[in-house]
Amino acid sequence: MIVLENISKTFSGKKGDIEAVRNANIEVKTGEIHGVIGYSGAGKSTLIRCVNLLENPTSGRVIIGGEDLTSLSEQNLREKRKKIGMIFQGFNLLKTATVYDNIAIPLRLIGIQKKEVGDRVKKYLEIVGLADKVNAYPSQLSGGQKQRVAIARALAQEPELLLSDEATSALDPETTDSILELLLKINKELGITILLITHEMNVIQKICDYVYVMEQGSIIEQGTAIELFSNPQYPTTKKFLNTIAQRKLSSSLIQQLKLSGNVLRLTFLGESTGQPLLALVSQKFNVKPNILTANIIELKNGIVGNISIHLLGEKQDIAAALSYLEEHGVNVEELEG
Amino acid sequence: MDRFQQFTDQWLPIIGKAVVETFQMVGVSLLFSILIGVPLGILVVLTRPGQSLHNKWVYGGLNLIINIIRSVPFIILLFFILPFTKFIVGTTIGVQGVIVPLVIYTAPYISRLIETALLEVDNGVLEAYKAMGIKTRQIIWNVMLREARPSLILGLTIATVGLIGATAMAGLVGAGGLGDLAYRFGHLRYEVDVMYATVLILIILVQTIQTIGNRLAARLKKD
Repeated sequence: MIVLENISKTFSGKKGDIEAVRNANIEVKTGEIHGVIGYSGAGKSTLIRCVNLLENPTSGRVIIGGEDLTSLSEQNLREKRKKIGMIFQGFNLLKTATVYDNIAIPLRLIGIQKKEVGDRVKKYLEIVGLADKVNAYPSQLSGGQKQRVAIARALAQEPELLLSDEATSALDPETTDSILELLLKINKELGITILLITHEMNVIQKICDYVYVMEQGSIIEQGTAIELFSNPQYPTTKKFLNTIAQRKLSSSLIQQLKLSGNVLRLTFLGESTGQPLLALVSQKFNVKPNILTANIIELKNGIVGNISIHLLGEKQDIAAALSYLEEHGVNVEELEG
Repeated sequence: MDRFQQFTDQWLPIIGKAVVETFQMVGVSLLFSILIGVPLGILVVLTRPGQSLHNKWVYGGLNLIINIIRSVPFIILLFFILPFTKFIVGTTIGVQGVIVPLVIYTAPYISRLIETALLEVDNGVLEAYKAMGIKTRQIIWNVMLREARPSLILGLTIATVGLIGATAMAGLVGAGGLGDLAYRFGHLRYEVDVMYATVLILIILVQTIQTIGNRLAARLKKD
C-alpha cells in the first residue's frame, strides 16, 4: 500500500541545513496499522507529511498503490490525494461552518454530486457517532468530538489510506482511548490502512501492528509491536516502554540486591503468559524468587508480561531454573546496576 | 423652536447637499478601493514566503509600493498626484477629482487590513484542504476568505470610517462634503451651529457603520 523508499528531508535555514528525516524506509501493507513513535523534533511529523507530499522529500520515493507520488504532475497528485485521508492534532476544521458543512464542503469541492454528498455526510457521521451534532459548530464541540468530525471528513472522501498526525495528542486519556477504538473500527470494518505518528506509547500499544522508533531524523528501531514491547534494543525505545509500564529499578537497589542473589527481568510472551512458571520453578529447583516489579501489557495482537525478580539460591540451581524458563519461552535478562 | 426652524430653513439644503456629496465620495471610492485593495491583499498573502504562490519579488514589490503610498499623508497625496488624477478622470476638482486620490489612499490601506485578516486563518486548515486534493483557487475562496469573513468585515468597517475622515479634506479641491462644510462654515466663518450639526451627523454616520460592521462580523463568527 505505502512504500517510503530512502526518504530524506533537509530544511535549509539561516543557521545551516537541518536534516529532519534521514533515509527513512517504511512499508505498510494494505489493511495494517503502522505507527511511528518519537519525541518532539524526531522528524516524525515531517516524515508523515512526506507521504502525501505536503512536504516534498529532498530525496527518496513515495510509492502508494504502486505509483510514485514524487513523479506525478500537480493534477495527478491532487487526484491521488483524494484517496489519502489525513487527520491532525489540531483537527483543522472550518470554524465558521457547521459539522455538516465541514464534511460536505470538501466533498463538493472534489466534485461529488449533491445528493451523494448528503448521503455520505449522514453515513460517516453515524460511523463516528455524531449524527446528532450535524448542525453544531466546532466551537460547541469537545476536543474528542472535533476529532470525530475530522475523521468523518477524512472518511467521507472514501480513502484507501488514513494518515494520522498526532491525532490524539491534544486529547485527554479517556478521549484518546475512544478515538483509538474508532480508528481500530474503521481499520477493521472499512479496511482502511493507517499510518500514524505519535509520542504516546499507549497509542502504539492499543492499535499498531508494526512500530518504528524515530530519533534525530532516523528510524533507529522497528518491528512488530510484540517484538518491540518484549525485546526493545535502543535506550529511546526502552524509555518509551517505561512510560506505560514500570520496568526500571534504580541502580542502587539492583547493586544492593545483587549481593545476595541474581536480579533478573523475565519477559513472557504469548502462551508463556498463561502458565504459573515462576511457581513451578521454585518447586522444581531449590530457588526462591522474590518479585520486585510485575506488569502485563495488552497489545493489539498479543500480550507481553514483564517480571523483575530477585532470585535466591545455589549457583547451579539458578542456572538450571533459568534454562527451564528459557525452554518455556521466557526471555531472561540479567539486570545491571 | 423658531431658532431651530430658522436654522433648518437656512441650512438643511446645504447640509443635505453635503451629506449626498459625502455619500457619493465614500461610496464610489470605497467600491474602487475594495476592487483594487482586496485582490491586492490576497496577492500579498499568497506570495508570502511559504504560501502557495510564494514569490519574493512580487511580495517584496507589493509591500514596498503599499508602504510608500501609506507613508504619504492624504492631504499631500491629494496634490502630489494631481497630474495623474487629471489623466484618469479628466478633472482635478469636484467629487470626481477627489475620488482618484481617495482610492489611491484607501486601496493600500484595505489591502493591509485584508492581509491581516487572511493571516489569521489557521494554516492547518488550509493544509488539510490541500491534503484532500483541493485546488489552491478553491482553497482561497472556500476556506481562506470564508474563515476570514468576520475579520474582513471589521477591516472594511475600519477602512470606511477612515475614508469618511479623508473626505473631510476633499474640500480643498472643491469636492464639498460634510467635513468641508464643518470646516468652511463652522471653522472659518464661525457658524457654530453648522459645525455642531455636521459633527453630529458624522458621529451618527460613523456609529451606524461601526455597529452594522460589528453585528455582521459577530453573526459570521462562530467561535
